[in-house]
Amino acid sequence: MVERTSWSLSGALRGMFAKPTIDEQTWEDLEDALIQADFGPDVTDGILTELRAKVAKYNTTDPTDLQRMLREGIEERLARLDSTLTLSARPAIVLVVGVNGVGKTTTIGKFAKFLRGYDRSVLIGAADTFRAAAVEQLATWAERAGADIVRPQAQGQDPASVAFQTVEKAIKNGIDIVIIDTAGRLQTKSGLMDELTKIRRVIEKQTPIAEVLLVLDATTGQNGLAQAEAFIEHAGVTGLVLTKLDGSAKGGFVLAVQEKTGIPIKLVGQGEGINDLTGFTPHVFAKKLVG
Amino acid sequence: MATFGNLSDRLAETFKNLRTKGKLSAADVDGTVREIRRALLEADVALEVVKEFTGKVRERALGDEVNKALNPAQQVVQIVNEELVQILGGEQRRLEFAKKPPTIIMLAGLQGAGKTTLAGKLAKWLAKDGHTPILVAADLQRPNAVTQLEVVGAQAGVPVYAPEPGNGVGDPVRVARDGVKFAQQKLHDVVIVDTAGRLGVDADMMKQAADIRAAIDPDEVLFVIDAMIGQDAVSTARAFQAGVDFTGVVLTKLDGDARGGAALSIASLTGRPIMFASTGESLDDFEPFHPDRMASRILDLGDILTLIEQAQGAFDEDEARKMAEKFSTDTFTLDDFLGQMQQLRNMGSIKKMMGMLPGAGAMKAQLENFDEREIVRTEAIIQSMTKAERATPKLLNGSRRLRIARGAGSTVTEVNQLVQRFEQAAKMMKTVARGGTPNIPGMGPIPGGSFGGGRGKQQPKKKGSKSGNPARRAAENAALAAGEKPAAESGVPGGSGFGLGGGAQKPGGPSEEEMAALQKMLGR
Repeated sequence: MVERTSWSLSGALRGMFAKPTIDEQTWEDLEDALIQADFGPDVTDGILTELRAKVAKYNTTDPTDLQRMLREGIEERLARLDSTLTLSARPAIVLVVGVNGVGKTTTIGKFAKFLRGYDRSVLIGAADTFRAAAVEQLATWAERAGADIVRPQAQGQDPASVAFQTVEKAIKNGIDIVIIDTAGRLQTKSGLMDELTKIRRVIEKQTPIAEVLLVLDATTGQNGLAQAEAFIEHAGVTGLVLTKLDGSAKGGFVLAVQEKTGIPIKLVGQGEGINDLTGFTPHVFAKKLVG
Repeated sequence: MATFGNLSDRLAETFKNLRTKGKLSAADVDGTVREIRRALLEADVALEVVKEFTGKVRERALGDEVNKALNPAQQVVQIVNEELVQILGGEQRRLEFAKKPPTIIMLAGLQGAGKTTLAGKLAKWLAKDGHTPILVAADLQRPNAVTQLEVVGAQAGVPVYAPEPGNGVGDPVRVARDGVKFAQQKLHDVVIVDTAGRLGVDADMMKQAADIRAAIDPDEVLFVIDAMIGQDAVSTARAFQAGVDFTGVVLTKLDGDARGGAALSIASLTGRPIMFASTGESLDDFEPFHPDRMASRILDLGDILTLIEQAQGAFDEDEARKMAEKFSTDTFTLDDFLGQMQQLRNMGSIKKMMGMLPGAGAMKAQLENFDEREIVRTEAIIQSMTKAERATPKLLNGSRRLRIARGAGSTVTEVNQLVQRFEQAAKMMKTVARGGTPNIPGMGPIPGGSFGGGRGKQQPKKKGSKSGNPARRAAENAALAAGEKPAAESGVPGGSGFGLGGGAQKPGGPSEEEMAALQKMLGR
């Protein structure tokens, strides 16, 4: 079982890079490997064309050169955008959005812990008033992270008002960083997407928003791009968070997302533990993908 | 999504220069199969499934099975659809209830797939059917999953067995086992066990799921999976099959715009049927899975398949052959014309058919303008003629025309228009039948000929069409006249607003292959 499930791009590539020369089979295998890592047919074609041109240019037949060029190509594509979080405002407001079940609440818990590690005071706003027990789930994470939480006063309260109260409290108490959780919503639900716009507007009445983070599940396929586009339009996303990278999914679609939308990946989640959240480093990500 | 080209468009593109009739050449098939491969990959169907699938399609498309009612592109689409439905719905089945209650249903899946919500939906659905389900909270991992299940249970009006608070406390195996015992004591006839989300690569957690399964011996193990999942569906499905060996699949978040290729991957790789689909946030958004809908969703083909079926049904091969003969021997009469038109009407409302074409949304205005009664009026006029008049339109002098107009309840002008168009059409028909390209000033060449199928005056004028025979009618006429002449063969640029797929996206009107497709679809 374990053997079958542990398919990895680097594993798939290792075989082909071990060959003495680059032949048609190498290209085919490479294409398969990229598609299986969820890069999508378009990006895969792009990468392949680029690589073919490079191989022709440098006149190489050595697969290890190809591997290096692939790694560098991906790294370069990923590194084009600045992945640092801008949290210098006080309070710095971070709004977390995404579709259902991608791990928004968990990410917030880990992110709060991460920030507490740098000794910043953190206030969490539980503006997911829709899903059953979402507030309790968030409260548990807040407690683990050592952060304060603002709860809705009633079940089904307008999420925008919870967000407003959270920001208000943060300003009054001089909190460094505010993280606001929102209910998961599919990007096709225009009513819910408008609700996000409203939350944003209401917060901005008090203070500008520092970061809007879109959480994407690494297991997502090509629909990730549609998600990103819709959330960018309605919530003004400034950064991506890629979660569940500890599974067998490679999340190759983020490359397409980053390229098509110009929004950088800023955080990476790789586990259920509270410390399993790291900043995004193109080098490490590319290395993991390609080996 | 607009980001992805629509498959219908792409197929049309592939067939742009196709000149073969009926039978597909290997190169044609390869081109089409390549597009289908890409469309499947964009729909997140797993690569190995795509490979196997396209191989099968290619084989069948090159085989002898040639359907004369469809053009090559449609043939391939139909083969694809049949194969899709076969994989997706090959083993359609309902929940299996235990002979001796309670029936035990276990839910398993990745984190965030929607298990807990689904547990509530399933419970509500079963309760509505007269069952007395109970939910068992065996997800003790995620913070407050137990609380969530309790809330969901309350919403569904179903009791929840939750002895442990969760948040990492308690043994899920024991909870599941006790839950089943509890249900037996309280005479619940269905037990739904919610388990923690787990990754396929997490060996410990997979073992735990297997332990739960062993402890409660469920009648059904449902693998809950997010419709948005990508290529990872393969490893995840295999890991769960090896780990807990699920008996059925539930697809969630189908209310989004993901194509849901995962459904195909999982059904094809594991051979397990997809039993339910979850389509919204409310507890009522839950339904048995419809394989046919999923098939067209994956390929984004709209209701084009319905159209294919209708075209096949209405097409009468013998009729068409006779017609072709008449074209070439110049014995085409108003009677034949009427026959053709009636054949067209057999296919049902043209408006409705056009509406079903993918990408037809933007043509709505044009559709609104199109008056189907025009066909009826034309019919009335022809039927008001005597047999001799129909066979020899030259007989029609002024007084005959007046009589016909009275009989048909129309005006002499209308009769004149009809006769004029018929003559024009008959002339063109001859040209085409001899292999030439007909040409009408102001309209560009018309595929297969044009003889007032839908009447002209109420139809929107296109640029420079002075013939009173706007382009859209040409499409329809083409359909009537199609006979054995695919438009592609006469190499015509169409001017119609009706295209096979997404004609709306091409400002210059549909391209020739779309015309060809339409013509084929309607006439052949």
